[in-house]
Amino acid sequence: MSSVWSQKDRVAPIVEVRGLSIGFAGANGGKPIVTDFDLTVSPGECVALVGESGSGKSITARSLLNLAGEGARTAAHPFEIMGRDARSFGEADWRKLRGTVTGLVMQDALVSLDPLRTIGQEVAEVISSHRILTDPGAIRDRTLETLGKVGIPNPADRALQYAHQLSGGLRQRALIASAIAADPDLIIADEPTTSLDVTVQAQVLQVLAERIREGAGLLLISHDLAVVAGIADRVIVMRNGRVVDSGPTRDVLTHPRHPYTRQLIAAVPSGQSRGSRLASARFEPGAVDTTALAIVREPLPQRQAAGAVVLEVEGIAKSFTAPKAVGRTKSVVLQDISFDVRAGEVVGIVGESGSGKSTCAKIVLGLLPPDEGEVRLLGEPWSSVAEAGRRRLRRKLQYIPQDALSSFDPRYRVKDIVAENLPGSGSRGARRERIVSLLDLVGLNADYLDRLPRSLSGGQRQRVSIARALAAEPSIIVCDEPVSALDICIQAQVLDLLAELQSRLGTALLFISHDLGVIEHLCDRVLVFQNGRIVEQGATEDVLGRPQHAYTKSLLASVPDIQRGLRADVAAA
Amino acid sequence: MWSRIISRLLTSLVVAWASVTATFLALHALPGRIQDILAGDVEYPGLREAIAAEWGLDQSLPMQYFEFLSRILRGDFGTSYVLRQPVIEVVGSQLLPTVELALTAGVLAIVIAGLIALLTAGRGRLSRELASFVELVFASTPVFWLGILLLMAFSFNLRWFPVSGAEGWSSLVLPAITLALPTAGLLTQVLREAMEKTLDQPFVTTVRSRGVGEFIIRWRHVLRHALLPAVTLGGWLIGGLLGGAVITEKVFGRPGLGTVTLGAVLTHDVPVVLTVVLLAAFIHVAASTVLDILYVLIDPRLRAQ
Repeated sequence: MSSVWSQKDRVAPIVEVRGLSIGFAGANGGKPIVTDFDLTVSPGECVALVGESGSGKSITARSLLNLAGEGARTAAHPFEIMGRDARSFGEADWRKLRGTVTGLVMQDALVSLDPLRTIGQEVAEVISSHRILTDPGAIRDRTLETLGKVGIPNPADRALQYAHQLSGGLRQRALIASAIAADPDLIIADEPTTSLDVTVQAQVLQVLAERIREGAGLLLISHDLAVVAGIADRVIVMRNGRVVDSGPTRDVLTHPRHPYTRQLIAAVPSGQSRGSRLASARFEPGAVDTTALAIVREPLPQRQAAGAVVLEVEGIAKSFTAPKAVGRTKSVVLQDISFDVRAGEVVGIVGESGSGKSTCAKIVLGLLPPDEGEVRLLGEPWSSVAEAGRRRLRRKLQYIPQDALSSFDPRYRVKDIVAENLPGSGSRGARRERIVSLLDLVGLNADYLDRLPRSLSGGQRQRVSIARALAAEPSIIVCDEPVSALDICIQAQVLDLLAELQSRLGTALLFISHDLGVIEHLCDRVLVFQNGRIVEQGATEDVLGRPQHAYTKSLLASVPDIQRGLRADVAAA
Repeated sequence: MWSRIISRLLTSLVVAWASVTATFLALHALPGRIQDILAGDVEYPGLREAIAAEWGLDQSLPMQYFEFLSRILRGDFGTSYVLRQPVIEVVGSQLLPTVELALTAGVLAIVIAGLIALLTAGRGRLSRELASFVELVFASTPVFWLGILLLMAFSFNLRWFPVSGAEGWSSLVLPAITLALPTAGLLTQVLREAMEKTLDQPFVTTVRSRGVGEFIIRWRHVLRHALLPAVTLGGWLIGGLLGGAVITEKVFGRPGLGTVTLGAVLTHDVPVVLTVVLLAAFIHVAASTVLDILYVLIDPRLRAQ
């Protein structure tokens, strides 16, 4: 890729934009949402657009298709696509361009492909609507060829299926196929791998890299610097609609100029960040190492030593029988799961979607009875007793979900959400004081008491959900992907909060995540789930540092990593 | 998918059987002797005995029930003692004009609703608000009032269409429009709202990014999604068309089930009323069966894998 980049001067760029600004009539007080944005993408080149949600990266990318949204006002000088002045384009000109010059790949193919039409119909649409081919047989051939190009096996059969019938990886490839069927010069991929498992993510990135090798330009939008490191030639970091950093990937990631870029890089949790505060990270002044970043972080308070066993899971199994219409197949979701969690310990569960992590959490929470085996809480039977018998112990076991918002009653205010979990009665004043002290604990304050959950940001919602869990003074908290939906900087703050409270209060955590970095950063021990079984378990350093099982190895190899991405780039050059 | 359709058909048979049973029980729950009820306003020697013999009234209630069931299975709906004719002939001869009217109006309503929704969904505010206002007016206008207005304008003043009767297509135009407009008004509102919801879906952005024109996006992608909530409305729509047809026929002096039903009710011709009730139930069962199958055809996600 880098070799192509060095030829840049000789190849005419696909897109050249200077001083782009995008605004919406009536929104943001009439001020533009994106200002002063420069972009050049040449054939065979990948430019990455990085930033948190709301930074304007999607709108910017879509403005290259004139699809920034209704009422969008775009201004730039120059604004050239394939050497033509895009400022003079009418709607018909833009339509001719879409699909043939620029192809768009969005995230989550389940909603980004028309669910009522087959994959084949979706891929063929761009070919037939531009009349690139008119003969139905030729259109079909091109469709199947494109499906094969993105690595979909048995294209002829798959073409007749609907998005919901395909696995996440195949679905995303089908979406890519529908964007590249007319051989566009520029592929715009908007978070194409977000919400995919790491191994699937690696495959999808491979498909995109293949397109670049074939000479297409790629504008990759991502919030994940590690994904970008492995594939992009140049990086543009955006924040609040402005470019804060840009340049060749290596320069930006090893010598980030802007504090925000540094924060983005340093806030990524990993084995190196263990025991320290992610959000406190800064760079060693004067460090000039070109391969590794010298990051200094403040340490977290000392962890308490593991104490008595809080949760025991012994040989649990669970299977579900599919409804009659599907043919009464029995699918085993969990098999022979045994582990325990001690006071003051953080035990991680890692695995891909469908590995049984969430079913395990539901059984531990007592929301689902196991078919076999037993769960014991604080030495007392838990899964084997009726709910009435469990109620006494309920508050000792708390839960932090991924999507905090949908776990709140939308009409409850913050104080009601926390108060619901407060044990005992106590006077109104005393309870209020306790709620305020809990909010203080999670970095909020009395001002938030009367706020409605909708009006809170993602990070604040997760803080309220932590305060709610702590209100019950639990012995153990089950956290199911609590930071997966958060931007990297917010994720760092929430992880810091969890880690700090955990070491201070000594509450045990059962922490479920698909993100190996988060697990490595936070957990003492880790359980690796695959197809409903624990394939490997032990101390985090051992399991993730010296993996024994092939599956753990493949998981680790698929995780994008900034350093490794940059090294691979050197090798390619 | 076929097993689903077959099981749905079986359920429909059960519902149809239940409606027959309910009709039978309703007849027997009425106060007074059955033969007096069935005779209506007519009175001549030997009539009561003839009715008792035809309906097997001397037998036990379960026997009468089975007799009733088997007669309906054979297509024998009894005799109208008022009209001195088999009920099936009375109803059968009047069914066609009503079905003709209801079908024409139904198709017209769907076409109007589809076109207006396609043209106005997600478009400029003015055209949407104007369309929305007109729809609301039509949806809340009583059928008879609309019919009278149309008669005044197009029959009495302009003399484009006949005032009454059922000869040729020209006599069908005004009744069909009368019946279609209120239905179309409501259907358009449902369709447009569903289309606007669909237009916000991410896949529409994907389709736009393929360079597909705005009308094709609506026609090929969005309309199909919007059909799902519209189909839900289908049962109500058919009920509305049948009920509306009765009134429309009266306003335009058309022959049809409406006229027969009204006459039967006024002359206490109970066998005819019973048959019309059963017919309405059967039509509803058949329609909801077809609609449920339509769902599965529209949305592949509802098909078992």
